[in-house]
Amino acid sequence: MSDSQAASAAESPPAEPETSGLFSLVAVVGAPNCGKSTLFNRLTGLRQKVANYPGVTVEKRLGKVRAGNGREITLVDLPGIYSLTARSEDERVARGVLLGEMPGLPPPDAVLLVVDSTNLNRNLSLAAPILALGIPTLIVLNMSDDLRSRGGRVDGNRLEEQLGVPVVQASAARGEGLEAIRAFLSGRPAVHERLELPVLQDIGSRRRWAVHAAGRSGYQAPAAAVWSRRLDSAFLHPLAGPLIFLLLVVAVFQSIFTLAQPLMDGTEAIIAVSGGWIGSLLPDSWFRDLLLEGVWAGVGSVLVFLPQILFLFVLIGLMEDSGYLARAAVIADRTMARVGLEGKAFIPLLSAYACAIPAIMATRTIESRRERLATILIAPFMTCSARLPIYALVIAAFLPEKPLLGPLLGTRAAAMIGLYLLGFLAAVATAWLLKSTLLKRRSPLPFTLELPPYRWPTLQSIGLRLADRSLIFLKRAGTVILLTAVVLWFLASVPRTDGRPPEISRSLAGSVGKAVEPVIEPLGFNWKIGIGLITSLAAREVIVGTLGTIYGIEGGEGEGDKNSPGLQQALKQDLTPGAAVALLIFFAFALQCMSTVAVVRRETGGWRLPLLQFAYMLALAYFGAWAGKTLVEIWV
Amino acid sequence: MPVRTLSDLKRGDEGVLDRLEVSAEVSERLMELGFLPGVRVSAGRPAPGGDPMIFRVDGSEVALRRATARCLILSDSAQAGDEGDNV
Repeated sequence: MSDSQAASAAESPPAEPETSGLFSLVAVVGAPNCGKSTLFNRLTGLRQKVANYPGVTVEKRLGKVRAGNGREITLVDLPGIYSLTARSEDERVARGVLLGEMPGLPPPDAVLLVVDSTNLNRNLSLAAPILALGIPTLIVLNMSDDLRSRGGRVDGNRLEEQLGVPVVQASAARGEGLEAIRAFLSGRPAVHERLELPVLQDIGSRRRWAVHAAGRSGYQAPAAAVWSRRLDSAFLHPLAGPLIFLLLVVAVFQSIFTLAQPLMDGTEAIIAVSGGWIGSLLPDSWFRDLLLEGVWAGVGSVLVFLPQILFLFVLIGLMEDSGYLARAAVIADRTMARVGLEGKAFIPLLSAYACAIPAIMATRTIESRRERLATILIAPFMTCSARLPIYALVIAAFLPEKPLLGPLLGTRAAAMIGLYLLGFLAAVATAWLLKSTLLKRRSPLPFTLELPPYRWPTLQSIGLRLADRSLIFLKRAGTVILLTAVVLWFLASVPRTDGRPPEISRSLAGSVGKAVEPVIEPLGFNWKIGIGLITSLAAREVIVGTLGTIYGIEGGEGEGDKNSPGLQQALKQDLTPGAAVALLIFFAFALQCMSTVAVVRRETGGWRLPLLQFAYMLALAYFGAWAGKTLVEIWV
Repeated sequence: MPVRTLSDLKRGDEGVLDRLEVSAEVSERLMELGFLPGVRVSAGRPAPGGDPMIFRVDGSEVALRRATARCLILSDSAQAGDEGDNV
């Protein structure tokens, strides 16, 4: 939604929507798991804007939809709620939006109340407080395809009579009923007659009211989801269940390394070819150097990871949309409980292997604040894909490839697995430490998790996730990473003497590196690594591009190629085996990612926790690296 | 006769919920998930290892830790279920 539009809507007097008689802002409300977001995505497609509500960690999702009469209407997707009692942050936000108390957002002209029709008794309870608001409401009986196929039914017309508001049967997953929703959106607001509502504060009374309304509309609850029971007898089997769980986790990792590799090679080739092409077009100048050494080498070394990250998101998306992830959370809960986490933390921690940022945002599903904070604090220890470039470079430079377990496992893969394990152990140890110190107080809310029936994931939803992730990643590559690359190139190119760039050791970047050298010298790092550590504060993967640039400039070559044997040779000359181990451990532990720090600040609502987390991880990285180097030196 | 709780239900067993011995905040949360006094609850297949347990209540399946299930007290007579089911 454009800001100007929001502002004009906000300025218009409250009476105006009635005179013009058309909706401009419509809220989408529903219980968790009712398919509300699927419907929102169906209606708005990619025309979405995501931000946070001011001061709270609840996501504000706005999207544009074209109503039946061709007008553009803004939809706001509210968090999944069971009631409007304003107990949780989500409920307070939902209530605030509906009452028009949210700064920057006018009160909605209408509400789409999405209910899961396979569980109408429970879902309809939310209708009572929503209808009590007196805003024009359309009740969307979602998942009606599921209801039919499992032998249930409900008479929409009779429900309409019961509740005095329009009702449509729909299936967001299949795109059924969307026309009726668009028609409602293009219509004129009809204020529904006041009907008898239950005592809103009393859950039992709300439920009886809902059961009564459903019953008088001929509601027949669906038969149990037979296929879900059958699948659960395998996925939750005492022996097969955990085995399938482990196999799936291993398969996810295996595939992001093997299946994503050709795509990554392809991306790399495209970047190299396009760089060469641009280089041949432009005349020899500082601008050409900036473009090739700074932008192409720096941003390109990061873009290579896009396929891998997308691959991981597709796999996690498939598990989530099919309903398996909820079972995985149940299986993981017992183990997670030992270190003071809960089963729902499994989902963000698994996605943290792709990237800590979406993982930290995914912790929103954890209701207990204490366990949510613990999960946020340990998520960056999971080996995210941004660590892969430096791991791959150092391992390739220092470890010759030899078979360990026949053809199954080589030394390099084993080293990589070891680093994954190291991050995981650090996370577990930190969770345990938090449980007995900072987050000692037990949370009042227990672990509860609704298990949805299994469903086929839809192409649309997976596609939307992919597009969403790509945009976020490209935005990051185009901003933070691009800026770092350009600044580094600039610092490495001044002061110029006789119109020519200086040797890297005499450049501004070199001076910065030399300034930090005394601090990192005990770890066996020289000033060049020092520059890399500083630039990689922006994002971990930047260090490879940086080293490429530094050694590339130093060697008098135009471009630093991260896979070039040249960079590996150069590193081998500059680092002892002990220092190489120190570098790996440093990157396993340190929070070298400003985007993560920023997202933790946003999600925890202050600077205290992200700064504490940064300091803790840095200290652990420094001493871990030092211990690693010392051990290697004793051992070798 | 000792009180029976949800955690005593074996797989496939049913019972009628009598009361929730938890704080108001927790009880509200559990009631929203369907655990209302008088409602019929049956135990499904638990997670491997027996904890968390999975309950079928009001048409959906909800996982609760055994420790939570222990605070949900069942009505002592099986007959109590007939009237309670209509809630």
